[in-house]
Amino acid sequence: MIKLSEIKKSFFVSLWFMFLTFPIMVIRVNPIEKIVEWRWKNLFFIGIGSFLLSFVWRYLFKRKEAGMKKAEAGDDTVKISFYQKIFEEPKIYIPGLIVVAVVVFAFPFVFSIYQTNIMTTALIYVMLGLGLNIVVGLAGLLDLGYVAFYAVGAYSYALLNYHFGLSFWLALPVGAGLGALFGILLGFPVLRLRGDYLAIVTLGFGEIIRIILENWNEFSFGPSGIANIPRPGFFGIEFSIEGATMFMYFLMIALTLFTIFVVNRLQNSRIGRAWIALREDEVACQAMGIDKTKTKLTAFALGATWAGMVGVVFAAKTTFINPASFTVWESIIILCIVVLGGMGSIVGVIFGALILILLPEYLRAFSEFRMLLFGAVLIIMMVFRPGGVISSVRRTYRFEGLTQKSEK
Amino acid sequence: MEYFLELFLGGLTRGSIYALIALGYTMVYGIIQLINFAHGEIYMIGAFTALIVSSVLSMLGLNTIAILVIASFIAVIYSSAYGFTVEKIAYKPLRHAPRLSALISAIGMSMFLYNYVLLAQTSDFLPFPNNIPEFEFMEPYSHIFSSTELVILLTTTIVMILLGLLIKFTRIGKAMRATAQDRDMAMLVGIDVNRVISVTFIIGSATAALGGVLIASHIGQINYFIGFIAGIKAFVAAVLGGIGSIPGAVLGSFVLGWTESFATGYVSSDYEDVFAFIFLVLILIFRPAGILGRSTTDKV
Repeated sequence: MIKLSEIKKSFFVSLWFMFLTFPIMVIRVNPIEKIVEWRWKNLFFIGIGSFLLSFVWRYLFKRKEAGMKKAEAGDDTVKISFYQKIFEEPKIYIPGLIVVAVVVFAFPFVFSIYQTNIMTTALIYVMLGLGLNIVVGLAGLLDLGYVAFYAVGAYSYALLNYHFGLSFWLALPVGAGLGALFGILLGFPVLRLRGDYLAIVTLGFGEIIRIILENWNEFSFGPSGIANIPRPGFFGIEFSIEGATMFMYFLMIALTLFTIFVVNRLQNSRIGRAWIALREDEVACQAMGIDKTKTKLTAFALGATWAGMVGVVFAAKTTFINPASFTVWESIIILCIVVLGGMGSIVGVIFGALILILLPEYLRAFSEFRMLLFGAVLIIMMVFRPGGVISSVRRTYRFEGLTQKSEK
Repeated sequence: MEYFLELFLGGLTRGSIYALIALGYTMVYGIIQLINFAHGEIYMIGAFTALIVSSVLSMLGLNTIAILVIASFIAVIYSSAYGFTVEKIAYKPLRHAPRLSALISAIGMSMFLYNYVLLAQTSDFLPFPNNIPEFEFMEPYSHIFSSTELVILLTTTIVMILLGLLIKFTRIGKAMRATAQDRDMAMLVGIDVNRVISVTFIIGSATAALGGVLIASHIGQINYFIGFIAGIKAFVAAVLGGIGSIPGAVLGSFVLGWTESFATGYVSSDYEDVFAFIFLVLILIFRPAGILGRSTTDKV
């Protein structure tokens, strides 16, 4: 039962928040016309809201603490989570995969172009998330300028096409290559930096690219951007708008599958294990003979490759790009995707991207609150579930046979 | 020569504003080794609170100096309260978590606060009343150095001196230094570390709010976005000087202020923000510990 002391506590919390949000939430001034608007209703909502939320907050805390105590008491019976079970049991996941494949394939035929378009956008974010996942999730390098590589890819296609008439299919590897190049370019100066410095420098890097794109009119056409970027062709077939959307969708599906395949292989490769080791402990990792410089640079380069590639697709999909598409907030949305889904987990990232991109599309009424909620999601995930919704499963070796022998 | 002097003084003013914000970063970093990404937002909230309060007061017909003082006072109180709450919600539960988690939580907090002000207030630029009086004795120099800039410079100096005294001579200052050196050890000798951290956040937020009021008066307009860029620049300043060191933050802020002032004055104003970042990258490559920071080696 809820105790009286808890109600009292929550009451004070809500009083505190009413005080805290009073000037910003209640008063709105218009200094030009000298009007002051008093919105007392908001104060009421804040009071009620924070009163209820403080209960939820405390409940979640108690659960978290209980979980921690359990782990401390040595009661860490390998808890196989629900998701893990699904992925380990072929009987469940094979039909599951078939269903997903059918849905994915039938999607553009069943739903409208509009829906297909949204889905394509979501897939773009899936790929971006998977790319950033290499840098943040696997290698543990917080990169807040990821969108810069995305911009590099998009602009490389747009500009090469404008000046030299380069086709989409040629631009795709070029964009990926340029992305990787910029990744290494950024990687060099930040090699020696620790997590927090790295975050700021990468953020700065992202902003530098955006500001240059915005101001260097002769090169990038400034804030007005580049229009009339051709959609991708397919052996000279001309598509109608409908066909182009569908083609784009299947192209993205193919690219996403390719990404998943590569990232999955990378994760279990020598370099992937080196990334994870680097994330866990840099000093110990170096002591084990892993080349820190090479490992970090490959993480940056491989992460940026995907962003460059998706950038090309993005430019081809929207047929118009300008610097406003590549702000810091875009980087942070991609970070949200990785964090919400589960750092280092491929399924998690896909899930995170679909949720974060599709939900706001369908809940248009809440779209204003999108960024506000993203911020809250980041905090709540970090406080209560740092592993993400679907946390990654570390490869472990089991010694079941051995322990039994030693007991005898 | 006069142009040079103008840029020099402009850089000095800029630098002292950065210093007021950078102090919060550097103090928090010194104590819990966390970059408080939401610090820029605290500064922005300070400026907004001051704007709201002074608009309400000016309709009541108070005189400008009283408005300025009351608005600054309330802004400082509110910013401190926000700083305190932010720490309790987003950072305290993550005290023992990996640093990446705390950092992401800080980014989330920054995003939350920024959108909160955007939704609750407006996305437009709002004119900020300059209630700082024009001094008569400044009249002959006003074309290169305005009275507002003089007030900014004086306030910053006073705040710095007070803060220096606080950290050097008071009990809480001693506790802060002890916590910065070794948190566990400080706990063992009976320092209430949680309280010290809260006080640090409060002081940092208060100086940021002061900076917010001053710069808003100087520039004459604010919107919800000012916190982001100012926060980043102040952070650059803190890193420049060597994060964790208070004199370093002040020095770094002035260096950054001058760099920006001269670079925009002599090179190009389009790339104002780029200079700060390039400077940061250069510093981190050649002197990762900052100008006054000592490089430390991790012991394992």
